[in-house]
Formats: sequence, structure tokens, C-alpha cells
Amino acid sequence: MLARLRGRHDVNLWFWVFVGPFFAGLVLFIYVPIGWSVYLSFFEAYNTVTPTEFVGLANYRDMLADPAFRDSLLTFVVFAAFIVPTTFALSLLTALLVARTRVMQAFFRSVFFLPVACSYVVAALIWKMSIFSGMRSGAANALLGLAGLDPIPWLSLTNPPWYWLVIVSARLWLQVGFYMILFLAALQRVPTNLYEAAAIDGAEGWQVFRHITWPQLLPASTAVLLLLLINAFQAFDEFYNILAGFGGYPPYARPPLVYLYYTALGSGQNFGDGSAGAVILTVLIAVVALAQTRLLRLGGRD
Amino acid sequence: MARPHRPLPTLSRRRMLALGGVGALGASLAACGDNTGREGSAGQEDGGGSSGGRPSIAQWYHQYGEAGTQEAVERYAADYEPADVTVFWKPGDYDQTTAASLLTDSGPDVFEYGNGPTIDMIRGDQVADLTDLFGDTLDDFTPSLVERMTYDGKIWAVPQVLDMQVLVYRRSMLEEAGIDAPQQIPDLVAAARELTRGDVKGLFLGNDGGAGLLGGPMLWAAGLDYLDGEQVGFHSAGAPEALSVLRTLWTDESLLLGQAKDWFDADALISGRTAMQWTGLWTFPAISEALGDDFGAIPWPSMEGGSPSVPVGAYGSCVSTRAGDVQAAKDFVRWLWIDQTDKQLDFATSYGFHVPSRVSLVPQAEVLSSGPAADAAGYVTEFGHAQTPLLWTPQCATAWSDMMSRIVRDGADPQEELDALVPVVEAELERVTG
Repeated sequence: MLARLRGRHDVNLWFWVFVGPFFAGLVLFIYVPIGWSVYLSFFEAYNTVTPTEFVGLANYRDMLADPAFRDSLLTFVVFAAFIVPTTFALSLLTALLVARTRVMQAFFRSVFFLPVACSYVVAALIWKMSIFSGMRSGAANALLGLAGLDPIPWLSLTNPPWYWLVIVSARLWLQVGFYMILFLAALQRVPTNLYEAAAIDGAEGWQVFRHITWPQLLPASTAVLLLLLINAFQAFDEFYNILAGFGGYPPYARPPLVYLYYTALGSGQNFGDGSAGAVILTVLIAVVALAQTRLLRLGGRD
Repeated sequence: MARPHRPLPTLSRRRMLALGGVGALGASLAACGDNTGREGSAGQEDGGGSSGGRPSIAQWYHQYGEAGTQEAVERYAADYEPADVTVFWKPGDYDQTTAASLLTDSGPDVFEYGNGPTIDMIRGDQVADLTDLFGDTLDDFTPSLVERMTYDGKIWAVPQVLDMQVLVYRRSMLEEAGIDAPQQIPDLVAAARELTRGDVKGLFLGNDGGAGLLGGPMLWAAGLDYLDGEQVGFHSAGAPEALSVLRTLWTDESLLLGQAKDWFDADALISGRTAMQWTGLWTFPAISEALGDDFGAIPWPSMEGGSPSVPVGAYGSCVSTRAGDVQAAKDFVRWLWIDQTDKQLDFATSYGFHVPSRVSLVPQAEVLSSGPAADAAGYVTEFGHAQTPLLWTPQCATAWSDMMSRIVRDGADPQEELDALVPVVEAELERVTG
């Protein structure tokens, strides 16, 4: 009996020796917390993770009725609607340019990729304290000064919302290089005979891109889009480090994770509402991601 | 002293004053990883093992920014005969770590908390009633702080040392413009406008234009408050008018904004970028070193029907009900923060610049005996308000600061905003008192 369980050459035993620890870790640190979070979302849970008062769907109703939570979803939509296509276009463009460069290709690749190695927190602090500092000495204001303009307190104003410039430029700087590498890898896999055939047919420039490069990049593009969208959903580091100040986090430009951070982990420790918000977000991300892959895959079959 | 060179560590000390419990202020995401509190119990047990019958007490402090504070509290603890006291110096997000650890058996026996324990800790029976520790010394403690730490007729913490916020101005700049230090809000608005010239702004209230800090002082200026007992305290005609003053200062462009060092540092005042600044008492050594006598301190001015004010805050020493020996922990708190006045004086004035929470000690504090610092310390008893009341929960504080930001920065209508806030606050009051 025991011998049968262990399988031929102890194959089952070794399977569990190697897989077991990771499986246990996965269950303990991923599935149990997710399950617990779902459980908490049905209880009133202030300051406790072992609540007793069952409230049904009240937490979900609270969160969906909360204008601040809905605002945070809107903030995400606005942010994603800008950052996803912009990063996509910029990283594709840099990839195409770097791939075509004949001189110092390795150098350009590294230069564009280097920011990826920088931490979001460090970059956010540099953006906040040095580049977009509101003082005359800040880099951006020094440039304005050369043009004879008054300094702008970038992060204090809401009208016009200059803080978007700070946040979006930081994220672009940080992530364009990474997606550029993905596109570069995909570009190198495009068979050269396709280009040769196109050249014989007399295709040039835009035509080559439109009819050969772009269709060949489609699988990579799908992956990049999905990653970009999920990354935008996870926006936290640069928002938190650029905008949170002494008075806490201002009521604008507050993406969902920042909002939940304050609800569940602030000194309110409202785990019930926080968990309900997290579940809503998870469902949203899953739905959007599924819809996106489905749509793009359909497009790929044509 | 070390403050101008080491701005980050001082943040954790100051942030309590900034918002008294908008729990918002996690110093970093790293706090999540730090949220174990486990070494507390380990140390506590080790201590218990070697103490030979004496009770052991684990005492938690947040990480103070001033050099020498950790050694000081360890010295105090070592001086205590009846029990073995082990000091735990907790970096990272102290408030959240502590709140979470109180739910477990690995938490502290004695701990400090900004402005005393939260209402949830009190109602959750997580902290012990400390009323009987005070005896006849109660009248000697700063009244606004004792009130802040009182609930249901019982006192839940002993105030340690006190920090305050105050309005500081450059004497020479005001004299040059022929302006007296403003006594009334309209004078302040006029002075800020008048003093704004070229690169110099009239007033610095923080990078958010005072939205985060001056909402409370504006209510007090109008004779109102966040709460009136267990009722909303700002549902009155004076409130929108009072809050719109901050918007006026904003649209007048009298306010300095976008400073690398926010209101808790006096850099803007010292370097002459502003003529008046809202800041903390702790900046006074740096100011007087740079400017000598060229500065003065006044409370936030009043409007008709109100009074001037200074927000005060203090870490309160609390006892966890899960302490190994609650009575031993209470005895220690009484010994350190009530009986040992020389240690309290040492802690308040030897390492930083704070006010002792026992009023009778203030005259003995040499650094507070003259000049603007003496003026400021004098305002504490007369004009001191705890930053926010005990029943003003983090949810209220968040809703309030969001509202203030919309009023000051976006120009939202104060009346509509306040009306919308009332149900939020009422629901929270219902929750915590119901």
C-alpha cells in the first residue's frame, strides 16, 4: 500500500518533496489570506481579524455607495486611459528605434532600460523633492525661471492639476524601458525572410511596419497591454510617495489601492470595509483582464 | 540640534501633532513588513526568566528623532527598582504596529500613544483605567490634554511631554511694513496680503495652504469646535465663514507653497521666503540660532465670538489590559510619568524642545523661561486645545481633511461641504458611543 503511494522510483514522494514547500507557501500566504479577506468582508471588523458581528453584504453596499471609493475607481480609469496607451506607444517606438540603430545598440538599450532598476520610491522622492520641488531652485522651476516665468508649486495646486504631470512622467520614466525590452525581444523573433519578401514586393517604411512588424508583434502587444493595465491597477508607490504629506493623502488623485490602504490599514483598521473593497477590486481586475484577453485573441484570429 | 540635518527621523515625532490620528500617516509601506511586534514578547519572556521573581514590563516607545532620547528612557527604566523594565524602541509605523499588537499576546505592557489611546482601544477594553494613579496631582496636568485622554469619567493615559503649534513672525519684516502682530483674523489676512512682496510671501501654513492644520484653529477662532460633547460642534452659521478665511488667503496668493521642507521646519521663515509661518515650538532653537531676537510667537488669532488658540498634543503613557501584570505596569507608569518630575523635566527639555505636561514644571524649564519660547509655553494653559477630540475618529479626520482640501484648494462651497460632513460624523459618533 505504502509502496504504491510512493509510486515507481518513489516518484510521488519526490514530487511532494519538491513541490510541497512551495505548495504549502502558496496556500498559507496566498490562498488563506484571500479566503480570510473574503470572510472578513462579510463582518464588521474594526481593529480585529477575528470578528463576530456578521453584517452580510453591508460592507459591499457601503463601499459601492462611498463617493471616495467610486472616485478612486474613476482616478484609476483616468490614469489607465492615459498611461496604458502612452507607455505602449513610447516603448514600441523606442524599441523600433533601438532595433534599427547600427551604432552603440547595446548602449542605447542599457540607457533606456536602466530606470527599470530604480525603485519607485526613490524615483518618486527625486521627482518630488528635486525635479518638481515648488521652490525656485527645483529643476523644473529653474527651467521656467530661464524662460522668465514664475515658479509653480507643482504639488500644491489642484487647478490646473500639475500633479498629474509629476506622477505620469515619473511612471513613464520608470516603466518604458521594461516594455521596450519586451518589444525588442519580440522584434528579434520576426523572421527576416518576411522582410526580404516584402522588400522584393516593393514595400517600404510604414507599409512594412503596418503589414509585417505589427501583426508579428501582436502576441507581445497583448501581453504588454495586459501587464500595463494590471500595473496601472496596482498604482501605489509613486502616488503615495509623491502626494502623501503631513496632512495625510489629499482627496484627489487617489487610486484604489491608496484608498484601501487608508481604510483598512490606517489607524481606523476597518478590515471589514477594506476587505470588501479589495474583493470588489479583485473581481474588477479579473473581469477586465479576461475581457481584454478575449477581445485581443479574437482579433488575433482574423 | 541634530534636527536640520536629520529631518526624516523627526517626522515620526511630529506627525502626531500634524493630525492627531488621521492614521493616514504611514511613513512608508515598509510598515507592513514591520508589523510583527513579536520580538516584544520574546524580550519580555527573557526578561522574566532572569529577573528572579520581580515582575517584568515591556515598555514601547516610537522612535524619537532627537539624539539621546533612547538612552534617556533606558536610563529611567533601569532606575526603577520594583520591576524589570525592558524598553522597546520601535521604528517604522508605530501607531499601526502598536494598534495591531494590542490584539495579540505579544504586545507591550506599557506603551505611549499619540494623544492617548484611541476610542476603539478604550471601548475594546484594550487599555487599563489609570484614573487612580493621579491622586491630587491631577490639577497640575495641562487641562486640555487630560480632557483629551478622558472618556466616561475615567482617564486612560498619562500625558508625557507636550508639543505645540504656534504662529511665528519676523519682527523686522512686520516693523518695516508698519504692521503689528495680528490679534484678529481680519488683521492676519490684511497683514499676509501686505507682507507679500516680490519673492516674499506673507504667510506659510504648510504646502497644502493650511488645509491640513488650520481647520481646527479656524473653528476655535469662531468659538466652535469639532465636537460639542457627543454632538457635531460645527453645525452653525459661523463655521463656513471661518473656513472660507483660509480660501481667501489662498486666492489672495498671500500663502507660500511648494516648500521642500514643510511647515514643521522653519527653513522658509529663516531664509526669508515668508514673513509669518505656522510651525511647532520645536523649531525655536533653530530659529533663534539663525535670527537671534528677530522673531516672535503668537497664537492663531480669533474672530468675533471666538478666542485665540494653539493646538497641543502629547504622547500619553497607556497600560495594556493584556499586560503580564497590570498592577505592576500601572505602578511603573505612576512612578515615571507622575512621581519622577526630574525625569519628566529632563525628557522634555534636555534632548529636544518640548513643554513638560505638568504645569508646575514649566517655570523650572530653563529653555522656556524667556523670549518667544516663554510666550509660546504661556499660551498652552490659556489657549491650548487638544488637536482633535477623542471621539473624532480617523474616519472623521479623513473626511474632514478631504473637505478642507476641497474648500481651500478647489474653492468648494464651505456650507455645502460642511452639510455633507455632518452625517458622516454623526454615523461615527453613533458607532463609537452606541
